[in-house]
Amino acid sequence: MPQEALAIKALMGVVNQNDTLDPDFSCSENLLVYGRYFGMKTAEIKARIPQLLEFASLTSKAGSKPGELSGGMKRRLSLARALVNDPKLLLLDEPTTGLDPQARHLMWERLQMLLQQGKSILLTTHFMDEAERLCSRLLVLDHGKKIAEGKPRDLIAQHLEPDVVEVYGTGALALQDSPLAKLAARVEISGETLFFYTQDAKPLLEALQAHPQLRTLHRPANLEDLFLKLTGRQIREDA
Amino acid sequence: MNTLASIHSHGQPLSIWRLPNLSSRWWPVFLRNLLVWRKLAIPSLVGNIAEPLMWLVAFGYGMGALVGNVAPAAGDAKIPYILFLASGSICMSAMQAASFEALYSAFSRMHVQKTWDGIMNAPVNLDNILMAEMLWAAFKSLFTVTAILGVMLVLGISHSPKLLVAWPILLGVGITFSCIALIFNALAKGYDFFTYYFTLFLTPMMFLSGIFFPRDQLPHVVKVISDWLPLTNAVELVRPLFMDQWPQNAWLHVAVLAAYAVLGFWLALALTRKRFRA
Repeated sequence: MPQEALAIKALMGVVNQNDTLDPDFSCSENLLVYGRYFGMKTAEIKARIPQLLEFASLTSKAGSKPGELSGGMKRRLSLARALVNDPKLLLLDEPTTGLDPQARHLMWERLQMLLQQGKSILLTTHFMDEAERLCSRLLVLDHGKKIAEGKPRDLIAQHLEPDVVEVYGTGALALQDSPLAKLAARVEISGETLFFYTQDAKPLLEALQAHPQLRTLHRPANLEDLFLKLTGRQIREDA
Repeated sequence: MNTLASIHSHGQPLSIWRLPNLSSRWWPVFLRNLLVWRKLAIPSLVGNIAEPLMWLVAFGYGMGALVGNVAPAAGDAKIPYILFLASGSICMSAMQAASFEALYSAFSRMHVQKTWDGIMNAPVNLDNILMAEMLWAAFKSLFTVTAILGVMLVLGISHSPKLLVAWPILLGVGITFSCIALIFNALAKGYDFFTYYFTLFLTPMMFLSGIFFPRDQLPHVVKVISDWLPLTNAVELVRPLFMDQWPQNAWLHVAVLAAYAVLGFWLALALTRKRFRA
């Protein structure tokens, strides 16, 4: 079995949540040294380094050490390092956690490119928009147990009403017992905000015009709603 | 993945005491350490030889003037104190260089930088990583020893042609102490732990292994303990070679060092496997 595990690893690329880059090596050297762990020849790896750096948008940083890179650059270098052996399957643990929006979008774009090249990607994330954007198949895990599985849009359609109206401001909470609440299929409260889940938001929005002091946000239901519905809105003590 | 790798096909976890599962994949890990070190080799070399040389000059020439000649063991011909000290302290340097690398540096890579975790995402198992760290610490120790030997030759402390034999023996001493140190690396929660190893184990051993004074001066019970210390066996092998003689009971001393190395590595591997399984 350990031998089989090694054969499996030879076909995989892994990006840990916390980077394990070598702080003493430049970007190029990180790729070179890592390729050797796969038994690749030095010349073979060196031939791949320019395209890996290009893919990670790090060509100009080839000689820089990880300590001189931003968080997004480090994460892309980790991704490039995981690609050094041209893996069939990529395993990414929260690839965009802690990144700014530009760096996150660049990472998403690169992952989309890899999908188009035919690579399989298995990723974990806490960002529901990331899952919605990238995943063709989604597993919702709660305390290590699978609680839902499917395509993101299918799951939303299956578990949720299509429209959400968020209402907040002075007196918002009083609406939960008013006749207005009957216009929604479901009402949830979180803090000072009411969430109306509905098949048709129009009558609800019109009725809400009688309460100009309240602020409303009308949006389609998303994976975040699904996740919160399935796992609850409460902060977990052990989270 | 590491959990996966340690589960047998029958669902039973593999024993941490199983034999090492080694392949040629230790080499790229060793090479990695070599590449990092190459960037810092010159400053680290200065540090590595400066301290042992200060001991040698201060004790060897300073104390040597007071002490005069000493007999390494009862009945032996007397030799200059500087030769007595140099032949012992070279073993001490091999021990310290190997221990330092296999503790502080290996721990940094294993625990602080998580270098080992990154390597294990590639098809390299823990056994090969530990082997690479062990050989690397031994190599670094040999490098230090070589530099000090060079200075001793220049100072004319010994010109024995048998020093050529002492050289591979000192590599063996480095291997032995790397293996032992990796046991403590596997148990460490932080760098502070290593202070105990140095002050409670290595420092007393330095005084009990006949480096600074002949072991005949030790009380009988202490001498019996001293007989089985790895550093004593190293000194018993190396000192005669400095004096252009062949060591007595050489194979016994080699066997003791080899036993420490083999058992040390086996225990270190088991404890490291346990650490990474948890």
